[in-house]
Amino acid sequence: MGYQLSRKTADEVFGKLKERYDIFAPKLFQGEGCFSDTDIIRYGKIDSLDEIEYERRSDYSFKEALIAINETLFYFTEDETTVPSCTDKKLLIFLRSCDLHALKRLDAIYLENGPEDFYYKRLREKASFVLMGCSQTCDTGFCVSMGANQTDQYDLYLKLDGDFVLVDCKSEELAGYFQHLETEDCAVTADYVTENKENVTLPKNLSVDSFQNPIWESYGSRCIGCGRCNFVCPTCTCFTMQDIHYRDNSNVGERRRVWASCQVDGYTDIAGGNSFRKTQGERMRFKVMHKIYDFEKRFGYPMCIGCGRCDAVCPEYISYANLISQLAKEEA
Amino acid sequence: MGLDINTKKAKKNAFRISKERGIGASRIRVPGGYLKAEILGMVQEIAEKYGNGIVHLTTRQGFEIEGIHLEDMDAINEMLQPIIELLDINQQDEGTGYPASGTRNITACIGNNVCPFANYNTASFAKRVEKEIFPNDLHFKVAFTGCPNDCGKVRLHDFGIIGMTMPQYDPSRCVNCQACVKGCKSLSVNALRVENYKIVRDEEKCIGCGVCITKCPTRAFTRSKQKYYKLTLMGRTGKKNPRLGEDFLIWADEDSIVKIILNTYRFVKEYIDPKAPGGKEHIGYIIDRVGFEEFKKWALEGVELLPETKMKECVYWNGIHFDR
Repeated sequence: MGYQLSRKTADEVFGKLKERYDIFAPKLFQGEGCFSDTDIIRYGKIDSLDEIEYERRSDYSFKEALIAINETLFYFTEDETTVPSCTDKKLLIFLRSCDLHALKRLDAIYLENGPEDFYYKRLREKASFVLMGCSQTCDTGFCVSMGANQTDQYDLYLKLDGDFVLVDCKSEELAGYFQHLETEDCAVTADYVTENKENVTLPKNLSVDSFQNPIWESYGSRCIGCGRCNFVCPTCTCFTMQDIHYRDNSNVGERRRVWASCQVDGYTDIAGGNSFRKTQGERMRFKVMHKIYDFEKRFGYPMCIGCGRCDAVCPEYISYANLISQLAKEEA
Repeated sequence: MGLDINTKKAKKNAFRISKERGIGASRIRVPGGYLKAEILGMVQEIAEKYGNGIVHLTTRQGFEIEGIHLEDMDAINEMLQPIIELLDINQQDEGTGYPASGTRNITACIGNNVCPFANYNTASFAKRVEKEIFPNDLHFKVAFTGCPNDCGKVRLHDFGIIGMTMPQYDPSRCVNCQACVKGCKSLSVNALRVENYKIVRDEEKCIGCGVCITKCPTRAFTRSKQKYYKLTLMGRTGKKNPRLGEDFLIWADEDSIVKIILNTYRFVKEYIDPKAPGGKEHIGYIIDRVGFEEFKKWALEGVELLPETKMKECVYWNGIHFDR
């Protein structure tokens, strides 16, 4: 069950929501792409529905709305630590079906994998999610293959349709914003795609023996280790720690956690100067097997949700989708 | 009856007088070296109808249709008309070919239409300057290049325009992967260092090449909204004193550069050697004669530089002296 409201009414609702929520959505950042006069779509706080990039998939995922790229865990003085306070506002995050499936993976890592993560949890509890449907497939996505093309796990579904907005609200908390409005009841089903341009079959028999596969070196020799695939990935959750000692007084500072990439130098460095995975091939193997093998062994479903962002961003045109399809083909 | 040709007029009309009597070449300017492919067909047609079927790709990114008979110049000018119009070349009288040849074709590297390193659209800036300065009989060479790699070899020109961008750094997006630091060190001038896991850019050293931005995997480094340029002056080849152009303005804007080039035409009109052969004297030699201070006075008239633009108060050139 859902309803249709005028764009004007929807804008008024949005204005009301803003009082209580920080609203994050994919936005076009003009001129902020890698190259001159190119744009980038990434998440940012928005002040109106107009700011949302509804047509194209975001280059960077929603995860930065929940897991800051740099997060201060605590400030320290000589004998005290202080945990920074969390925002008073609630969060409303616009995302797509694949991203909602990714959210399940983030929850698994941060909430169901041993002790709950304090920082993730306190933001996650404040967050509600608005599904943006997909009326057509993006170029590199393979969500259908990964079963991430459809979801009913949203708090709100919102479709902008010219002068009208179609809404389906599942959350009691948000429902209040739509009551007493001039709306027309109508059946609203979230748009989703049933076909992608990319179809990916997962290999089913990966094992430690897969380490010997020459495919890792063949892709690894092309990889420049920039980490873009990890940073755009909605399911990559690795971070590293940084202790910052303020320059004016080195006894005072802060501890931060910062996104890390298993493809970038330093990721497996350990005390004593050793490093576990030195070559890009080994790092590629680690990433791919984590996405479609190790994670599944622990949680029962693969980590990758097939959003295709890693394929779209790779400056060396390495296709992760093609790599795993090749692994599957070799098994057959 | 011998051929009766005003060679001065022909040269001004963008025809070359060749070493073979009665034979010349038709020269086609292509600002920025950027053109629709259909023009190639038109060039071919002229070359096959009036030339010897050979076309030279000139060192200044134009075409030179070889082996034309000088008596066919008027007919060739008629056929050049659609090319002139497609390339939007300023012209006084339709069907009469090019009104001048002194101010040379404006060259450009491929720029940000294609190249990942380029910091601006070189072809469109080249076209803007072409519209401002052509036609003119004075011998000016202007060239554009997208980044400090200077593939356009603009330091061999009177005016060299090199694309720059002012890196914008958002520490909250930086993961300390150091791709920018490594990129700057290996590909550029090593202007970045890490302090407390964040990047510090040496503003004096940074040449605004943008390598840090293309290397950044998280969009912590992005380009400035304002496009910046380095303006280099009075590079040249030649018999007396070939030399590379030297920096005059750094972090300059487009409008200031256009004004300075236009002002320089006034400066040259005032100071050019009246006895210069063919009315052609390189600007650099005029500046050598009258002094940089005087040039600067003329060049900067009415120019309002951005607050961040750095100007060299005095410019010194080296190069090789064969004339001393």
